[in-house]
Amino acid sequence: MGFDQYHEPPEELPAETRTFARLSASLEEEAQAIGWYQQRLAVEPDAEARAIMEDAQGEEFKHFSMDLEFLLRRTPRWRAIAKGVLFQDGDIVEHGEAAEAASEEGGDGDVEGSAGPGDGSLGIGSLKGENQ
Amino acid sequence: MNHLLRGHAPLSDSNWKLLDEEARERLHGPLAARRLVDFSGPHGWEHSATNLGRVDKVTPPNGKGVTALRRQVLPLVELRADFAISRAELRDDDRGAVDVDLLALDEAARRIALSENVAVFHGWAKAGIGGIAESSPIKAGKLGRNVEDYPRSVARAVDAIRQGGVEGPFALALGPDEYTRVIETAEHGGYPLFDHLAKILDGPIVWSPGLKGAVVLSLRGGDFLFESGQDLAIGYDSHDGESVYLYLEESFSFVVATPEAAAPLKS
Repeated sequence: MGFDQYHEPPEELPAETRTFARLSASLEEEAQAIGWYQQRLAVEPDAEARAIMEDAQGEEFKHFSMDLEFLLRRTPRWRAIAKGVLFQDGDIVEHGEAAEAASEEGGDGDVEGSAGPGDGSLGIGSLKGENQ
Repeated sequence: MNHLLRGHAPLSDSNWKLLDEEARERLHGPLAARRLVDFSGPHGWEHSATNLGRVDKVTPPNGKGVTALRRQVLPLVELRADFAISRAELRDDDRGAVDVDLLALDEAARRIALSENVAVFHGWAKAGIGGIAESSPIKAGKLGRNVEDYPRSVARAVDAIRQGGVEGPFALALGPDEYTRVIETAEHGGYPLFDHLAKILDGPIVWSPGLKGAVVLSLRGGDFLFESGQDLAIGYDSHDGESVYLYLEESFSFVVATPEAAAPLKS
């Protein structure tokens, strides 16, 4: 079993960083699978086989999106930049530069030094299943 | 910068870190309802209403042969607890003080957590929120005068929920007085009452400030829905030479989807 997602000794990493690394690796794998299915679909002439692969690619879209949302929730600055880029009409590069600049200025309520998410909240959320 | 206006506050990064961490720590214990209900969001400060999936009939604006319906929604409510922090104390934080006076923040955290719990457990009629205890069709049982009676009362409440077709695991939310009685008690033979109750429930026992009496409820999910707009956050209001005026704020709605998934217990 490999542990390629780690670039530092795992035993030196805090648990939340190890979780982050696992989900980052998962995100990468889902993106790779989406790309592979895209290539297979481009060359596959059999309609039945294509239908199966389209269904499978849809699963990968879902997995990728869930991984991404998890990582964004845990990374306030990434989330702030993503909010400025994703699902926006217009020039993608311009949006990216603007979102990055805003995040450097502590935009979107994300104050430097705070461990909370990009909306400025304390990041408490659900406590179901947590010990009191 | 968003509506919290944190960037306008005369606070250093260290001050914000101190306040946010203190608030998280002070809220984590008393936020009992969030340990028991499903949590959706946060959906953002702009999120104003929860979709109820229901409609009212309304008269169409004109013409025959047209019917009209109006969607029902539950508006989100905003809770805000104001507090002030001494600027001298915050300057001491920047100097490295470890005993900064944050009592006003602690008190604000207690007030807003208590309000959230009361809204979820007992409802908030003026906000259109029905509470878990008051919504239940199961007649409130009695916890009993003696804590030795608690296991029987809780077991009956679990049974009443199961009779309605709702499975567990179950949790027991206890008001502060009732909780204290449980944790300080060992039954005959020394077996802790806490552990006995946990075995009956197959779930947690939760200290719930703001709750009167107790509630047994299912944790299977889908029965009690807390929808968060802005999750709890510290915002900036104003400042003068002496103090910085801040507030804790959140917006949310709460819907009981399965009233029979809970059974209230009176003290």
